[in-house]
Amino acid sequence: MLAGFLLPPSLPSKDQSFVAMPQGDYIELHRKRHGYRHDFFEKKRKKEARQVHERSAKAQKALGIKGKMIAKKNYAEKALMKKTLAMHEESSSRRKVDDEVQDGAIPAYLMDRENTTRAKVLSNTIKQKRKEKAGKWEVPIPKVRPVAEDEMFKVIRSGKRKTKQWKRMVTKCTFVGPGFTRKPPKYERFIRPSGLRFTKAHVTHPELKCTFNLDIIGVKKNPNGPMYTSLGVMTKGTIIEVNVSELGLVTPAGKVVWGKYAQVTNNPENDGCINAVLLV
Amino acid sequence: MEVEREQAETGKSVMCVLTDPEGTTLGGTMYLPQNVGPLQLQQIVNTLLKNEEKLPYAFYISNQELLVPLGNYLEKNKVSMEKTLSIVYQPQAVFRIRPINRCSATIAGHTEAVLSVAFSPDGRQLASGSGDTTVRLWDLNTQTPMFTCTGHKNWVLCIAWSPDGKHLVSGSKSGELLCWDPQTGKPAGNPLTGHKKWITGISWEPAHLNAPCRRFVSASKDGDARIWDISLKKCVICLSGHTLAVTCVKWGGDGVIYTGSQDCTIKVWETSEGKLIRELKGHGHWVNSLALSTEYVLRTGAFDHTGKQYSSPEEMKKVALERYNKMKGNAPERLVSGSDDFTMFLWEPAVSKHHKFRMTGHQQLVNHVYFSPDGLWVASASFDKSVKLWNGATGEFVAAFRGHVGPVYQISWSADSRLLLSGSKDSTLKVWDIRTKKLKQDLPGHADEVFAVDWSPDGEKVASGGKDRVLKLWMG
Repeated sequence: MLAGFLLPPSLPSKDQSFVAMPQGDYIELHRKRHGYRHDFFEKKRKKEARQVHERSAKAQKALGIKGKMIAKKNYAEKALMKKTLAMHEESSSRRKVDDEVQDGAIPAYLMDRENTTRAKVLSNTIKQKRKEKAGKWEVPIPKVRPVAEDEMFKVIRSGKRKTKQWKRMVTKCTFVGPGFTRKPPKYERFIRPSGLRFTKAHVTHPELKCTFNLDIIGVKKNPNGPMYTSLGVMTKGTIIEVNVSELGLVTPAGKVVWGKYAQVTNNPENDGCINAVLLV
Repeated sequence: MEVEREQAETGKSVMCVLTDPEGTTLGGTMYLPQNVGPLQLQQIVNTLLKNEEKLPYAFYISNQELLVPLGNYLEKNKVSMEKTLSIVYQPQAVFRIRPINRCSATIAGHTEAVLSVAFSPDGRQLASGSGDTTVRLWDLNTQTPMFTCTGHKNWVLCIAWSPDGKHLVSGSKSGELLCWDPQTGKPAGNPLTGHKKWITGISWEPAHLNAPCRRFVSASKDGDARIWDISLKKCVICLSGHTLAVTCVKWGGDGVIYTGSQDCTIKVWETSEGKLIRELKGHGHWVNSLALSTEYVLRTGAFDHTGKQYSSPEEMKKVALERYNKMKGNAPERLVSGSDDFTMFLWEPAVSKHHKFRMTGHQQLVNHVYFSPDGLWVASASFDKSVKLWNGATGEFVAAFRGHVGPVYQISWSADSRLLLSGSKDSTLKVWDIRTKKLKQDLPGHADEVFAVDWSPDGEKVASGGKDRVLKLWMG
């Protein structure tokens, strides 16, 4: 049944319109018996030659969705034709690729060697010196978004008429040590709400890729400033010291390591927990 | 007789025997008073050898040079006076090169870094190849540019003069070789193609094997070395076998070609059909540089310090052969290879495929090794900022020259083997004295890394080029 619905072979493949298909061989029989018309081949040739113009006229006149479909099909055919032409154009004889002459000529004994350019080396040394001066560590999150003071603190009004505004409440997570006792409420300037105090952190080992729930020993450095470090505020990028005795790490000398630094990787005030990555 | 007995009694004389570098003794054992120094020993040697001219000699006792009278030496080293002391004498070059100490000219001309510099074998012409794809010939008398040879499509990485000084060949990053006529600066034919990647080294066939000079071999990153004939203008033989880039190639005096490659091996090829004779294995990493003990003589051909010019190729061949035989002596040709594995090997390829000696000591890769013109020393330049000096016959370490603050790229010897020049990434050149084993002269002046240095065979001038695009000529 499929055979009957084949396109007649004489039609060019570009012409997508369906023609009525003969369901028998009577046309061929007639041709065998009586031959062709005297002008059959010429007419056929000329009609095929006109197809090009007719196709183009149809493509130009067609409007709407039909026009778009025709245009898309034509474009696909054009792209394919260009590719085949380019393929044929490639000559079988290989020509040597003409490299452009590049800058930075080096002699033969230095080719194949990766040499850091001197500028990079210089900038590296300068950066190294700056780091040493600043006493910076190499941390996974070197830069953090700076937290403004009005974001960090909420102003608490106090006094009989609620006009005094010298008290501040910390709005970020904090760590207070186990022996922490509040100052007398009348005199404490910074209020660290107990709801925002954390003692444990989820610390991930970067190589082992597993996470442990470890106790925080202290806040080592908050990138936003030394004041926040002394308050114990933990924001993203803060270096904290955690108790790693349950990891079972041992120094080469044989001593057991029980405290290691980790860097906070999330915004704890949004998540309700402290995620950190261990600095190995 | 009485004096002698007196001296023997008071212990002021030493029993010595003079031996030449190969071991044969000269004269018998003799008693020499302790105040005999190198000068007197020289006179003795000259008379014993019946030399007509007084030739200079250097004396070594157990590989240490004797610079002071015998008595001082004995005291310092506590050598026993009961045994016969064997003193080895080495002939030194008759002529003496004036040490270089100033920059006589800074010639600009190249528009990109200068990658290679070479003097012609007679020392009269100077050629340099650069990253701006040109080869330039310079006039040494006026110290100005003479010819600019364009034609290459990419950086000119290597240049090489033929030993008779009549041809100059340059190889580029696109794998082409071009021959130039040094008198007119015009290319002598079409580019020689065949290599698929850049050229790493070029070496000519020695003059004593074939005169006029026709063949040369080029090494490339694509792993083959090709022998070309300059009169036929085509590749005669292709030596393929290396699996990685060939980093250096040398045409030996016996008519074999040595190629060192990144696949850690050195292959020895014969030149008539291009067959592999030997493979020298041993290195752990890329072989960077090769040096032959007769290299200087092969490079200069028939020319020597006298500056004599020859008219016919046969004459040149004869003289070159004489010089080569004199240089070689009875010993087989020695080869030193420097590698990225921080060591060097001393080979005698004609004798065995195992190395004779392993020269360790460098702390970074060895970039360039070079035998001294008289074959007594080997110098090695390394990226660990030092230049080390080794004994050319045995390979033992002699001295280290420290002073550079950046990797040392290339070295060059003066024609009398008394001075060694090194160029480094730190933009200075340093001249080292072999006798005192110390820095002789520091030659700053380049603005950027020094890529190529060459000492002219007549010893008058030094040329250096580097990343700062100027060519500097230095004189004594």
